[in-house]
Amino acid sequence: MKIQKMNSMKNVLVLGLLLTFLSGCGAKQPAEQEAGMGIIPPTKPVSEFVQSDIVYPIDAYDPWEGFNRNMYVFNFYFDKYLFLPVVGGYAWIMPDYCEDRISGIFKNFGEIRNFMNNLLQLKFKATAVTTGRFLVNSTVGLLGMYDPASHWGMARYKEDFGQTLGHYGVGAGPYLVLPIMGPSTLRDTTGLAVDAVVRSEVLDWALDDVDNKSNVRTAIDVMAAIDARHRVGFRYYQSGSPFEYDVVRMLFLEKRKMDIAK
Amino acid sequence: MKKKLQHVLLACSLLLATVCIGQAASYDYPISDPIEATIIGTPKEAMAILPKKIRVKEYLTFDVFPDREVPEVFWYNEKLRYAVAYQKEKAPVIFMIAGTGAGYDSAKMKMMQKAFFQAGFHVVAISSPTHPNFIVAASSSGMPGDIRSDSEDLYNVMEKMFERSKKKKLIGDFYLTGYSLGGTQAAFVAKLDEERKVFDFKKVLMINPALNIYDSAVKLDKMLVDNIPGGMDHFDDFYTKLMANIMESYVHGDFIDLSHDFFYSTYDAILTSQAEGKAVIGFSFRMSLANLLFTSDVMTHSGYIVPKNLELDSTDSLTDYNKVAFRGDGFSEYVENILYPPFKANEPGLSLREFVDRSSLRVIEDYLKKSNKIGLVTNVDDIILADGDVDYFKQVFGSRAKIYPRGGHCGNMAYKDNVAYMTDFFKIK
Repeated sequence: MKIQKMNSMKNVLVLGLLLTFLSGCGAKQPAEQEAGMGIIPPTKPVSEFVQSDIVYPIDAYDPWEGFNRNMYVFNFYFDKYLFLPVVGGYAWIMPDYCEDRISGIFKNFGEIRNFMNNLLQLKFKATAVTTGRFLVNSTVGLLGMYDPASHWGMARYKEDFGQTLGHYGVGAGPYLVLPIMGPSTLRDTTGLAVDAVVRSEVLDWALDDVDNKSNVRTAIDVMAAIDARHRVGFRYYQSGSPFEYDVVRMLFLEKRKMDIAK
Repeated sequence: MKKKLQHVLLACSLLLATVCIGQAASYDYPISDPIEATIIGTPKEAMAILPKKIRVKEYLTFDVFPDREVPEVFWYNEKLRYAVAYQKEKAPVIFMIAGTGAGYDSAKMKMMQKAFFQAGFHVVAISSPTHPNFIVAASSSGMPGDIRSDSEDLYNVMEKMFERSKKKKLIGDFYLTGYSLGGTQAAFVAKLDEERKVFDFKKVLMINPALNIYDSAVKLDKMLVDNIPGGMDHFDDFYTKLMANIMESYVHGDFIDLSHDFFYSTYDAILTSQAEGKAVIGFSFRMSLANLLFTSDVMTHSGYIVPKNLELDSTDSLTDYNKVAFRGDGFSEYVENILYPPFKANEPGLSLREFVDRSSLRVIEDYLKKSNKIGLVTNVDDIILADGDVDYFKQVFGSRAKIYPRGGHCGNMAYKDNVAYMTDFFKIK
């Protein structure tokens, strides 16, 4: 327990350092570059064809763009040399049927997060349904390996702490590309941290009698990460589009807005 | 006796009638509106049954021009990506060329790859020469759109793909296909093959090709411009609304699935009007064009949007360039400002119209007329064709043209009859 607390302290420190580092990390903007020494102006210069007084749909609050674009590149390499090979090995070994069962277990465990955040947002119906889902799938559904709850009309209400913050009017804050996890915002990263702490406490409690607890926990976390990546088809730079970063950012922010509004 | 004859005659005419009706009514692709068909494609229940997973190897490290210095900002497109579905025994090979702006892994390409794989072929999926990855890694000029140069680039790439194959023993005859712009290019590649003779393609199938790529592209450009309520000045309102609609219907799991088909696939069933549908098609086309315009501008140092002597870094912000690239006149702007000028500089008398007509299938009409190995599939209501284009195809290809009564632009490609036709075309010798 004590070590865990130390770990979370360390995480907070790392986060703080990261933010300090970030604040000096804007990206070079086209208009500034155009104005550079000896630069030959293009036929359609940004300084003329982009109006500074209107907000374009592709625009986003991204003061740490330089850092974010670097992290975007980092994630590509992390995927390429570590994450995807591991995920690929997992997919190769595991029959599809087993993969789905494993996903089910993690999804079911995620209902605890959904429950907490539905409740915090005072969405009572969703809270009740989530409770029902968790009970049914944990028992009849064998810890979530199967999903009888959905067949019985109990829908999944996905909520996380980022959404809860958003629900109570906390703005998204700056866009932030996290290492490994990818697109996020300052608000959603905070949410992620809170959800992670709760998850960790629950897991701690659930594994109370298990020998080798820390090893088991590491194994669970690694499995969860592999399963999560396995479920996502997205590949960095796969679209080949020079504007992939911008489009992903736009779609991500828009999707979060929708998630919070519903 | 007379009565008997009457009966026989009646029976005959009935039989004849059923045959006729049978032919006319046997095509049951369910969407009659060409705009809807283009966007929605084929509803699941009407699709050909294809395997869920097939044996595919993706190649990510194909260095087409080892000596090329790729600009830092395009570092991720330095190598050409492609995918091969391969049989374990000797089999013929089908090369497939994607449509405008589409990658080798677009939904249509994957669908075709599965169909041909299931029919027993090795299948090589190649991105469109207008896709940024192809422009950076494999286009000799860095500016696609002149169909003869594009075909040479494609031929060059196919040749090198063959060279780097480690299982040449398993490779049989060669076949070629492509859809949309890729269909038009397939014809020119086939023509080139008659001279170069590396592959000696046994059969070539053009699926929903453009007759003249410039005219088709301008039609698509107009779909956006003419159908935004209030005109291009209200583009941003339209864009915001479109985003909202897309997100509402967005159910693809936990993260963003950024495929080229994204804007189509999330948009089905919520079309409120024809105009909106057209605008969506124009919008999706414009997305590809913004990529093309920016990528070619940087690759050719044209100095159109990006200053010609500015070296962009891998982490510089490109957002403002996106805004400029998106809001122009689309394909015609690209042709007039980037593609055409270098040709004009070489041949001062060359008019724009003469230049773009070089990329029309009419240029190789004689070849298409006499080449029995080339087939064509299209739809009467294909939105990229002009009046008279279908008649022209009928006249040039005769019985080698398969013309469906509906399907819009490529909307019916995954329909069971179309898939059967497409695979039979190559299977039946």
